[in-house]
Amino acid sequence: MVAACSVELDASGGRRGGRIVKVLSVRLILQAVILAVAFSATGHAADSGVPARQGGLEAKLEYCKTCHGLSGQGYLGYFPMPRLAGQQPEYIEAQLRAFIERRRTNPIMFNVAHVLSPSMLTALATHFRGLNPKPFGGAPRGSLAEGKKIFEEGLPEANVPACSACHGTEGKGQNEIPRLAGQVYAYTVGQLKGWKTERGQGSAVDTSAIMAPTAHNMTRSQIEAVAAYVSYLQ
Amino acid sequence: MKRIGLKMAIMAILASSAPSWAGESAAVRNCTWCHGTGAQGYTVAPRLAGQRPQYIMSQIRSFREHARDNPFSKQYMWNAVAALDSQTARDLANYFAAIPPKGANDGDSTLASRGRTIYLDGIPEANIVSCYACHGPNAEGVRDIPRLGGLAYFYLKGRLEQWGQGYHSGTESPMPMVASHLGPNEIEALASYLSFVK
Repeated sequence: MVAACSVELDASGGRRGGRIVKVLSVRLILQAVILAVAFSATGHAADSGVPARQGGLEAKLEYCKTCHGLSGQGYLGYFPMPRLAGQQPEYIEAQLRAFIERRRTNPIMFNVAHVLSPSMLTALATHFRGLNPKPFGGAPRGSLAEGKKIFEEGLPEANVPACSACHGTEGKGQNEIPRLAGQVYAYTVGQLKGWKTERGQGSAVDTSAIMAPTAHNMTRSQIEAVAAYVSYLQ
Repeated sequence: MKRIGLKMAIMAILASSAPSWAGESAAVRNCTWCHGTGAQGYTVAPRLAGQRPQYIMSQIRSFREHARDNPFSKQYMWNAVAALDSQTARDLANYFAAIPPKGANDGDSTLASRGRTIYLDGIPEANIVSCYACHGPNAEGVRDIPRLGGLAYFYLKGRLEQWGQGYHSGTESPMPMVASHLGPNEIEALASYLSFVK
């Protein structure tokens, strides 16, 4: 079903203007339905599979938190490690699958993800939703007002929709649309700047295609402003 | 002991004549006395040359606060930094960071490729994380995350073992969690590989 969804996205990729909005909303509804079905199915798998391997789950969670922070708040290593706390489980699962299938290029996360069983993947994704530490912090505060405006109103002249339209007014995300609230500043900047070199790789087009034009149409300073703003949202 | 005695004698002679010592402050000499000529490390005292200045400062702080508590730290470093004011600590950190580091190259070269694999990929099946994610592609470190490339095998091995034995470093370090999953073979491979990294 996920594959069918990808084909639908691919087919509508090149259209312009008012149609895009319409196609986008159809896409989102379709996606939401598919994800709801997919999630209810994997929920059953977690019920039967994971409790028997509880020790395995605890050890794997500690492994995740070694890099992503003890409370899942994110961390700055040589590379920025994103906040996972409060993240949408559907989004985490989708990204772990993207790493495994090499649609999202990241050698470290490929190694991490390719050994995870499907039930472990679901259990990890579900765990992080329940965490709510304070944001990692540290972002520059000079452009927070500009960032707020971009988040709430977009950049109409540059064809950038309001972030809040999809990610929610509080930046909490929904289903496969990620939470941005409290995300590590350097991570968000890096993702928006390098969107097309990291995500949506290979021939199969995935949901990351939705963000590609938006990321492309933002300047560096606009990216930094909005990344700083969302990094302080709780 | 014999070797240390000999070295002290040589350094005493050099100190009286070599022009390279002329520019070193007393504070620097107090460090290089143990950390080696040009701060390139000597026996149990790690190389400071080329180390990240923020890391050097964070370690000086953790010695002062007695947070870094392995035996050699207690024995040597707690007293060594006790009288350092923060401006001197910052000056020393910047001074040593600016010296080009020389590689120790003293690990077991037959273990280096195994070590490199663990460094880059970790061992995900055993919940061993990739070192590269924090320490960088060439083990160069960043901010207060230390440069590991070219440190001495003996020092790297000791540090990796000590976290597993319950010794501490700073308060925020994820290293106790990282190292607790490493067995003796992984530690020897990593320490060997890193000693050769430039």
